[in-house]
Amino acid sequence: MTVAVEVRDLHKSFDRGRVHAINGVDLATGEGEYLVLLGPSGCGKTTLLRIIAGLEQPSAGEVLIGGSVVNGLPPRVRKIAMVFQSYALYPHKTVLGNIVFPLKAQRLDNGQRPDKAQRRSKAEWSAELLGISHLLDRKPRQLSGGERQRVALARALVRDPQVFLLDEPLSNLDAKLRATARDELRRFQQRVGTTTVYVTHDQAEAMGLGDRIAVMDAGTVRQLGPPAEVYDDPADTFVATFIGSPPMNLVPRDGVFVGFRPEHLLPPEYVSGARITVPFEVERIEYLSGDRHAYGSVSRLGEQTRVVARLPATVTTPLAGGQTHEFAVATRRLCFFDASSGLRTDPVAVGA
Amino acid sequence: MSSRATAPQGSPLRQLADREGFLAWAMLLPAVVYIVLVVAVPFGLAVAFAFSDVTAGDPSYDWVGLRNFARIFEDPVFWKALGNTFVFTAVSMALIIVLGKVLANILVADFHGKWVVRFLVLLPWTTPVALSTVAWLWLYDSVYSPIDWVLRNLGLIENHLYFLGRPELATASVIAVHVWRLVPLAAVIMMVGLLGIPTDVQDAAKVDGVGFWRRMFEVTIPLTMPLIAVAALFGAIFTFTDMAVVYILTRGGPTNSTQVLSSWAFIVGIEGGDIGQGAAIALFLFPLLLAAAVLILRAVRKIEVF
Repeated sequence: MTVAVEVRDLHKSFDRGRVHAINGVDLATGEGEYLVLLGPSGCGKTTLLRIIAGLEQPSAGEVLIGGSVVNGLPPRVRKIAMVFQSYALYPHKTVLGNIVFPLKAQRLDNGQRPDKAQRRSKAEWSAELLGISHLLDRKPRQLSGGERQRVALARALVRDPQVFLLDEPLSNLDAKLRATARDELRRFQQRVGTTTVYVTHDQAEAMGLGDRIAVMDAGTVRQLGPPAEVYDDPADTFVATFIGSPPMNLVPRDGVFVGFRPEHLLPPEYVSGARITVPFEVERIEYLSGDRHAYGSVSRLGEQTRVVARLPATVTTPLAGGQTHEFAVATRRLCFFDASSGLRTDPVAVGA
Repeated sequence: MSSRATAPQGSPLRQLADREGFLAWAMLLPAVVYIVLVVAVPFGLAVAFAFSDVTAGDPSYDWVGLRNFARIFEDPVFWKALGNTFVFTAVSMALIIVLGKVLANILVADFHGKWVVRFLVLLPWTTPVALSTVAWLWLYDSVYSPIDWVLRNLGLIENHLYFLGRPELATASVIAVHVWRLVPLAAVIMMVGLLGIPTDVQDAAKVDGVGFWRRMFEVTIPLTMPLIAVAALFGAIFTFTDMAVVYILTRGGPTNSTQVLSSWAFIVGIEGGDIGQGAAIALFLFPLLLAAAVLILRAVRKIEVF
């Protein structure tokens, strides 16, 4: 697997070292891979993307694109294309003008600049691919949010970049549009096959789009892996509680946290194989799009702790607030974290 | 009407303060009085004087129709002054915009001590015109000019230049002072424009791979055009109407070669005592200024809606 983008031991500090935005990040994307940087606000994910783009210089460490070190090179020679959160369209240019703009500086393989007709046909190809051919004469202010986002993508696509860098491109869309745009983004990337680094704070986007997810917090990568792995096998308590809605339940017990996902806390008859039964004191129940979220506290696993159980529609056991029910968790679903470091640790016996 | 809700039985004064129709007039009145007294009345007087034979010696008002205009049209100095006003304004405006743009680009750059530099750059604008022009008068002195001295010691010239004694040099000297005085203002206005471009758009232009010049002419200049137009408008109006620089440096000389409308109106009307003719000359500033203001404001509005 060739490596498209790689960062090695990257550090970035602002204000003469007082603020550390990035603290030693190592990452590498495969060719054509869709890598998502996921984390809360201020975790350094956008800074990392801007360093890859060349808009910021790292304080220490190396950035490699296509195998060569690009530290110190300006953005324009890095063969990258970036889509900004605000789309950053040029408001005084038409859609066509926006898409053509990057081509004006480009050199073809034979070293010549593309002429006007070549630029235009390339821009039309790009607009066609994103379904905005009918909008070419409009100005950005005449477009809807979804259309602007496509123009920004078309402008990024038109240069045949080695890497797409996307900085929360869906966050300015309304919730309904976001779901369809997410699907389109994924299909679009699969068609063009370009390596993509995608920054988001939205775990649904990350899970849905990424080949791999890098979960970031406080300038470091907490876990790097495919969505299922990050979800089912979190490396530490941060990842466990940042991903998942509602997040993973953590029950303290003798210097460790016992973790399990809300959907794995079920009435015993729905849990097969080795399992641990726990008394679940239900306080209240929420109905959310077919699922029932039961809030309450469990004992026996460790200290008495407030937890959430997510019961799919297929679980029909009658429940009511104020009652204590016998629930169970499959043993293989339990994760153990060291209470002081937060990292994963060896399983401990939690039997009754 | 939240104040009414909290004080349902307020005093009559308080009820008055809640009436928007009354408040609007109360707030606007001082400004209206001010405009009427210092703009409308003098303007009306100037128009009235232009059609009269009022002089400093005989202030009685007699209608003389267009006689004042006929006389100033016969005077070659008027035409010279009119032409000069346009030349000074056009050349200064062009230089102010170009140099102001360069300076604005320097001012937005991030470097140590940029606040000190920004402050120093603004100084020429904050100094009263008359004072700074007196300083320039000394810089242009026929014998003791430091500019002369430096050029002579560098071996670039052999004799005195007599900046204000030769028509072309005097013209250039006046324009130089205008430019020196107004570039800081234009630079600060354009700097605001540059700072107003969203960072994302600037970053996008960098990532899109175009070089410095294309980025400047295709992205930053179009996006700051409204403020460039405002800077141009200010530069034009300040040079067009200014008489202090010309009057202090050259008094319109040598032989009226740097005379402008405002200085000529002052010399004829106040110093020469022919208030009617002076007013007629000064009136020529008005339609031209009006046209310039309308043109530039229209340009601004056109650009604003892109």
